[in-house]
Amino acid sequence: MNTRRADAAPRALVAMSGGVDSSVAALLMAREGYECVGVTMKLWDGHVGPDSRTCCCADDAADARAAAYRLGMPYYVMNMTEDFDRQVIRPFAAEYEAGRTPNPCVECNRCMKFTRLWDKCLPLGCDVMATGHYARTERSADGRWLLKKAVSPDKDQSYVLYMLSQAELGRTRFPLGALAKSQVRALAEERGLLNARKRESQDICFVPDGDYAAFLRRYTGRDYPPGDFVDGAGNVLGRHGGIVGYTIGQRRGLGVAAGRPLYVRRKDVAANTVVLGENRELFSRRLTANNINLIPTDRLDGTIRCRARVRYNQKEQPAAVTQTGPDELEVIFDEPQRAIAPGQAVVLYDGDLVLGGGTICRTEDM
Amino acid sequence: MYVYADNAATTSLSPKALEAMMPYFTETYGNASSLHSPGQRAAEALQAAREAVAAAINADFKEIYFTGGGSEADNQAIISGAMAGARKGKKHIISTAFEHHAVLHTLNKLEKEGFEVTLLPVHENGVVTVEDVAAAIRPDTALVTIMFVNNEIGTIQPIAEIAALCHEKGVLMHTDAVQAVGHIPVDVQALGVDMLSMAAHKFHGPKGVGALYARRGVPLVNVIEGGQQERGKRGGTENIPGIVGMAAAIGEATADLPAHMAYVTGLREKLIEGLSKIPHSRLNGDRDKRVPGTVNFCFEGIEGEGLLLWLDQKGVAASSGSACTSGSLDPSHVLLALGIPHEIAHGSLRLSIDVLNTPEEIDHILKVVPEVVDYLRAMSPVWDELERGLTPHLI
Repeated sequence: MNTRRADAAPRALVAMSGGVDSSVAALLMAREGYECVGVTMKLWDGHVGPDSRTCCCADDAADARAAAYRLGMPYYVMNMTEDFDRQVIRPFAAEYEAGRTPNPCVECNRCMKFTRLWDKCLPLGCDVMATGHYARTERSADGRWLLKKAVSPDKDQSYVLYMLSQAELGRTRFPLGALAKSQVRALAEERGLLNARKRESQDICFVPDGDYAAFLRRYTGRDYPPGDFVDGAGNVLGRHGGIVGYTIGQRRGLGVAAGRPLYVRRKDVAANTVVLGENRELFSRRLTANNINLIPTDRLDGTIRCRARVRYNQKEQPAAVTQTGPDELEVIFDEPQRAIAPGQAVVLYDGDLVLGGGTICRTEDM
Repeated sequence: MYVYADNAATTSLSPKALEAMMPYFTETYGNASSLHSPGQRAAEALQAAREAVAAAINADFKEIYFTGGGSEADNQAIISGAMAGARKGKKHIISTAFEHHAVLHTLNKLEKEGFEVTLLPVHENGVVTVEDVAAAIRPDTALVTIMFVNNEIGTIQPIAEIAALCHEKGVLMHTDAVQAVGHIPVDVQALGVDMLSMAAHKFHGPKGVGALYARRGVPLVNVIEGGQQERGKRGGTENIPGIVGMAAAIGEATADLPAHMAYVTGLREKLIEGLSKIPHSRLNGDRDKRVPGTVNFCFEGIEGEGLLLWLDQKGVAASSGSACTSGSLDPSHVLLALGIPHEIAHGSLRLSIDVLNTPEEIDHILKVVPEVVDYLRAMSPVWDELERGLTPHLI
């Protein structure tokens, strides 16, 4: 079904959010000689206040369209609300209800941006896809595609990209990977792309106010009844206002006076209790992850030494990692880590190289 | 070959209309409200245009109010009808579930202001019945507003019969005739409607100009307050070039209407026949009660968005539902109103042809649509499930 001439310039599909980064990504692709097509995913229908900072509302599409216009690129909005609901929001709600802490941005990258969006845009005849992520790809001597951290460590976004398959990495370009934010802004300024509103939020786009409990009540229509705060031995410490309102490691807003600082350790959905503990009780050394993806190799042989992150902005921690099954990794940290939350991603690094990662399914003290 | 088959979204400007408009941009640019001679020339052009538009629908020129388009005309008609009713304590409005959003959203707004709205069903064939309207009319019904031709599926509604019923019951009747004027005969006397909306760009006139026909005696309420333009019912300096273009276009569109209709109907029949050969497809809307140029099909197992993008690459401009809602491809409220399941309503294609399309272009459409449908089905997980019998075919 390809409709393009063989001698045409290579064409890049640029996923545009309306922000400065993806606009500059488009500019850089054009400078490299790609004929660019801009596209924005419309992911959800929600009303967003003027001050909220999210990644995909109607104003963002207007910003993206303006940037595409300035760069002389065709531009499309793809309505993916139904896919997004099925692949991202619904699983997010189910995971959250099950007491885990899912990362919907990772799932969106896994199921939507680098996959579904690409498939939907096949008729546009693009050879590669470009995004404004700060990360780099490289091809190894044996032909394998590698994912590396951005040159600028404070901007690195490789954590949310660890799930990319070889096919996806091979067709993806991250033109900002070698740049500093200041260089990106200078380029944007030069081309009049700074009109795009500045937005660097890590907020979840469909929960712009960050109130997950209110979102879940609205979305599922279910009520999350109050229950007990308990300690590790099951002693009741107080009443909680619904289990979905708490996150692992949380201290504020518990309303429990125990004479010592208490934190959320675990959530027991079956018993509708929130287990509290002292800070030292939040630490664990071992985690198990599934839904794994490995990048430089298809599987890990033996136990390897590397560094790992269990949340987006965490400093990498030395660890020993073993592949314990076709879809299971075991990570043992040198030092116990605080508040590892099942549902979040663990991502493994060897220097700049992303080795892969998975979804944390359980943690253990050792 | 690139075929434009989205005339229900908008049409090209007719060269004659363009020619008629040109002097009013640069030479005869006066304000029609000015006393001086450039103003007089503009006022004359406005009067000539008003008479031409009135003549095209068998109205009196004093019954034509130029607006900024079809949506504005719909807004003004409905708000006027509602307010006229409210003054007599009548706060009930009847419409249908598959109106254009210019109507539906205006009705939503009125509901919030305390009006009660009944949306009639449009049945599987996309045609509302007079009996449904009769059953819905109440002593407090202020207005019935029902579109003449549906913009997505092209079905024609029995407007004359509904208007007769409304008059018998003392209810005002408005019709959104945006997809009818210039495509089928529209005679406001024969129809007996109180108000009728039209938009120039649907019949090869310019965008941004339309008109509301309001029978003498119907009290209009302003949507745009301002000066005394349009006999005080629509403020703002008149868009003289646009209005002149509208008049030229409506004259041209209605001059040879029977011949145009016969020609376009011939092309449409060929389209329907050809597209019906695609397995698991269906024509949406009544087979016969339809405007000559609009055809709407559902193809099971595919999404409208992918279909449109591929068709664009292969040289066919089409749409999925109305242009006002696409860009967002939520399943069309029109197809859902016909009772078409959500899964199928996603894979809809609207082709709207007119007198400028050629038989060769229809051949091109009939060549590429089946190719693209086959290709998309081959890569569709939904189609795969249907073919493997995991989910039942719905068409």
